[in-house]
Amino acid sequence: MEHIELFFKAIFIDNMVFATFLGMCSYLAVSKKVATAVGLGAAVIFVMAITVPLNWLLDVYLLKDGALAWLGPEYAQYDLSFLSFIMFIATIATMVQLVEIIVEKFSPALYNSLGIFLPLIAVNCAILGGSLFMQSREIQTLGLAFNYGVSSGIGWFLAILAIAAIREKIRYSNVPPPLRGLGITFIITGLMAIGFMSFGGMLTGGDEEEVPTKQTAIVKQVEIKKEAIDIANNEKEITE
Amino acid sequence: MGLLSKKDAKLITDPLADNNPITIQVLGICSALAITAELKASIVMAISVIFVLALGNVVISLIRNIIPSKIRIIVQLVIAAALVIIVDQILKAFAYELSKTLSVFVGLIITNCIIMGRFEAFALANGPWKSFLDGIGNSAGYGIILIIVGFFRELLGSGTLLGIKVLGDAIEKTGVYAYGYENNGFMLLAPMALITIGIIIWVQRSRNTALIEHN
Repeated sequence: MEHIELFFKAIFIDNMVFATFLGMCSYLAVSKKVATAVGLGAAVIFVMAITVPLNWLLDVYLLKDGALAWLGPEYAQYDLSFLSFIMFIATIATMVQLVEIIVEKFSPALYNSLGIFLPLIAVNCAILGGSLFMQSREIQTLGLAFNYGVSSGIGWFLAILAIAAIREKIRYSNVPPPLRGLGITFIITGLMAIGFMSFGGMLTGGDEEEVPTKQTAIVKQVEIKKEAIDIANNEKEITE
Repeated sequence: MGLLSKKDAKLITDPLADNNPITIQVLGICSALAITAELKASIVMAISVIFVLALGNVVISLIRNIIPSKIRIIVQLVIAAALVIIVDQILKAFAYELSKTLSVFVGLIITNCIIMGRFEAFALANGPWKSFLDGIGNSAGYGIILIIVGFFRELLGSGTLLGIKVLGDAIEKTGVYAYGYENNGFMLLAPMALITIGIIIWVQRSRNTALIEHN
């Protein structure tokens, strides 16, 4: 149940592109054709499935407050979490490089379709963002971390697929010249994000009395989006 | 600009408008959007990026001849990450509330495409002083868009600027609220940042038609 909940939450409610705007650079740059968008999306799912669990292990056994306790009681008071940015990004960069080498050796066909996207991915914010959100939301087990990586990747894949399909079609529309290309893509993405916000109530509707306790255990709500919604709600209550 | 030659000054002024990192080069949008609901957060983010990009550009430019080109991406990431850790620790020490609002987005400066893009495209091929100017120019161009978006989102969304109620009090119905004005809570939600940037692009490209894309 936890797994299913996290899966849908990561794909729809906390969609990497529409809720947190991660990986926007490659999302905008590589979404001109559906075929390339699929390639990049698949590569993102693949890399996130590897790096998020790996960074989870790093976080739990190396970086967290007191994580070094397994070395002996005298190491228990160390808190290396300030190193997490550099550790995570180093893991991601080396993993991307490693995956590239391995894929090239064992599956040239896959390399031909994914290969050119792999270097791009090292600097894709969605990958690092996945690891950082994994850390700040305090995901509990390795299985859940793997699930989170895969499902965030799928969410990103869906987003880039959708925008690529729309951009292929919009070429035939009469967009005002100054908006052509980048401008209209921004606005469409904004509208799509509004659409995705409607998934917000998907997991809280109906069984509210049991879900919140579970959710607060799994997910710490340190997210800007939620704060913004809270502020908006407060405003509404106040004005009403 | 007595201090700078014309060419050097161009390095700073170009990215502010006609070669803006966000609206023209399409770099660094990732972190630009999520944190612009308040003007204060936007300003802090802009300053952080200026710090990281200017210093990072100088460091990369100083060691550009000894970086093996095969592992340059990792080297660039490590330098960016080291600078971002400094920013993050400073924010946590002196502006804890704000660093909570920015949450993971400070960390995401590392993968901000502006940083990598300028390291790769400029600092690897130019001297330290030029790279420094390029870093300042580009991050300032990024910061300007951030501040414009933050300004409109905070003003229209919550009727405040930097936390000061410029439009009057929404509860006691003073200022413009007395005439039936309402805050548009929608502006505070994430999607409106995208649409605001879309509109900025629209305005900029209608003023300078040479920037219009043809496809």
